[in-house]
Amino acid sequence: MCLSIPSKVVKISDDKTMCTVDTMGVERDANLMMMGDDDIQVGDYVLLHIGFVMNKIDEKEAMVSIETYKEILEIMDEDERRKTILDDDECPNRSE
Amino acid sequence: MMALELKNLYDDFRDGETIKAYAQIIAEDAKKLKNPINIMEVCGGHTHTIMKFGLLQLMPDNVNFIHGPGCPVCIMPKERIDHAYVLAMQEDVILVTLGDMIKVPGSNGSLQDARAKGADVRFVYSPMECIKIAQENPDKTVVFFAIGFETTTPMTAVLVEHVIKQKIPNILFHINHVTVPEVMVELIDSRDVHVDSYNNRIDAFLGPSHVSVISGSKIYDKFPKDYGRPVVVSGFEPVDVMQGISMLVKQFIEERCELEIQYKRVVNHEGNLNAQKLINTYFEKMDLFRWRGLGNVPESGLKLKDEFASLDAEVVYKDVLPIAEIEDHKLCICGDILRGMAKPTECTIFGTACKPTTPIGSCMVSSEGACAAYYKYGNLI
Ligand code: SF4
Ligand code: SF4
Repeated sequence: MCLSIPSKVVKISDDKTMCTVDTMGVERDANLMMMGDDDIQVGDYVLLHIGFVMNKIDEKEAMVSIETYKEILEIMDEDERRKTILDDDECPNRSE
Repeated sequence: MMALELKNLYDDFRDGETIKAYAQIIAEDAKKLKNPINIMEVCGGHTHTIMKFGLLQLMPDNVNFIHGPGCPVCIMPKERIDHAYVLAMQEDVILVTLGDMIKVPGSNGSLQDARAKGADVRFVYSPMECIKIAQENPDKTVVFFAIGFETTTPMTAVLVEHVIKQKIPNILFHINHVTVPEVMVELIDSRDVHVDSYNNRIDAFLGPSHVSVISGSKIYDKFPKDYGRPVVVSGFEPVDVMQGISMLVKQFIEERCELEIQYKRVVNHEGNLNAQKLINTYFEKMDLFRWRGLGNVPESGLKLKDEFASLDAEVVYKDVLPIAEIEDHKLCICGDILRGMAKPTECTIFGTACKPTTPIGSCMVSSEGACAAYYKYGNLI
């Protein structure tokens, strides 16, 4: 029950107690009372849980993770390439 | 740098290639481990991800999982569910709770059964829906049966605050909020007493991210320091879990024992201070909370502070609520599973007498429980 889905804030009510979020194309309302007055702006990505905004998703940190993953993938590819070449070198069936 | 889109937050954190790449890193690193390590994923959200995305099969032989307490729904002892049942059966009461509670059996049956017998039981998506229900039913008392770890506690606190400030006369609370660090201590302590006689022990923790979104990673400071157990606070997406495990394995080969955050995109050391303030305004620790499958754990539950006793359904309905503690089924080994001494498949009634449709013990009750996850994903190793 604690799993919560990232959403994007598209509207904030005048009294800042509620907002409308977009979760993969579905719009719904979420309560903002757990956040400070100016913590959340339109356009922010947030985590939602049982109808409340729990916190903001730090865009920079999210991008850093994504970049890290991509780097790992690239290294992996290179490693794999190198391994294939080495394997090939060591192949006993290889003709002189 | 490209801008973040919702799509990144879903796709990139579930990317199959990245998961495989991490599996390779973990496998390489694990060769350098001196001893096998047992990682407890405290929360069923992680168990669920591990089973659903087949991460178990990607682990080398010397990296094992111990499935932790799981879920606020599964750890609810029967006597608390009996409270909910009795409250629901009161003529003037509308019992409101979150969806997951519906099928958990108490000693008289589940809330679903109570409803079949005519009780007014409602399952809501958010606690705030209680307000509307209370307004539409002024002659009834709405009792909110509040459940959840640190993640959901502040949401209940917001509702309490509303009820007080708006002077809503007909909402009461039955509080079952529990806290994660206390049960982790219990699991380490109870393990260490028996350390010679069991195969498994908890070497490290994968900390649930959403608890720390609220409480900060600071609630785990003492585990590396005082208990020698590293903790990585990790997100629930499969790539998050793989990275979290990889970070733990690295700590072991580098002989470090630290608290680290994998889920930096939402978690920091301090957590959501507004939410913590709300919790501390309305709640205080109980001396003991009895966890289903685990027994009494000191200071692991919250209750409304005495000054709000007039809102506490346990006080108001004291005379009708049963007080007996109710043990789980004799054959159920949930306690051992949670302590890391047994796997679900070692239970003699796993998949036969005990199934998700007819759960006997806590681990089968919620879809996030260890037994339920093993059952659903047929992962019978
Ligand atoms: S409800 Fe689910 S996500 Fe929340 S703590 Fe329990 S198992 Fe984890
Ligand atoms: S299979 Fe059922 S009875 Fe056995 S340990 Fe799991 S929940 Fe308990």
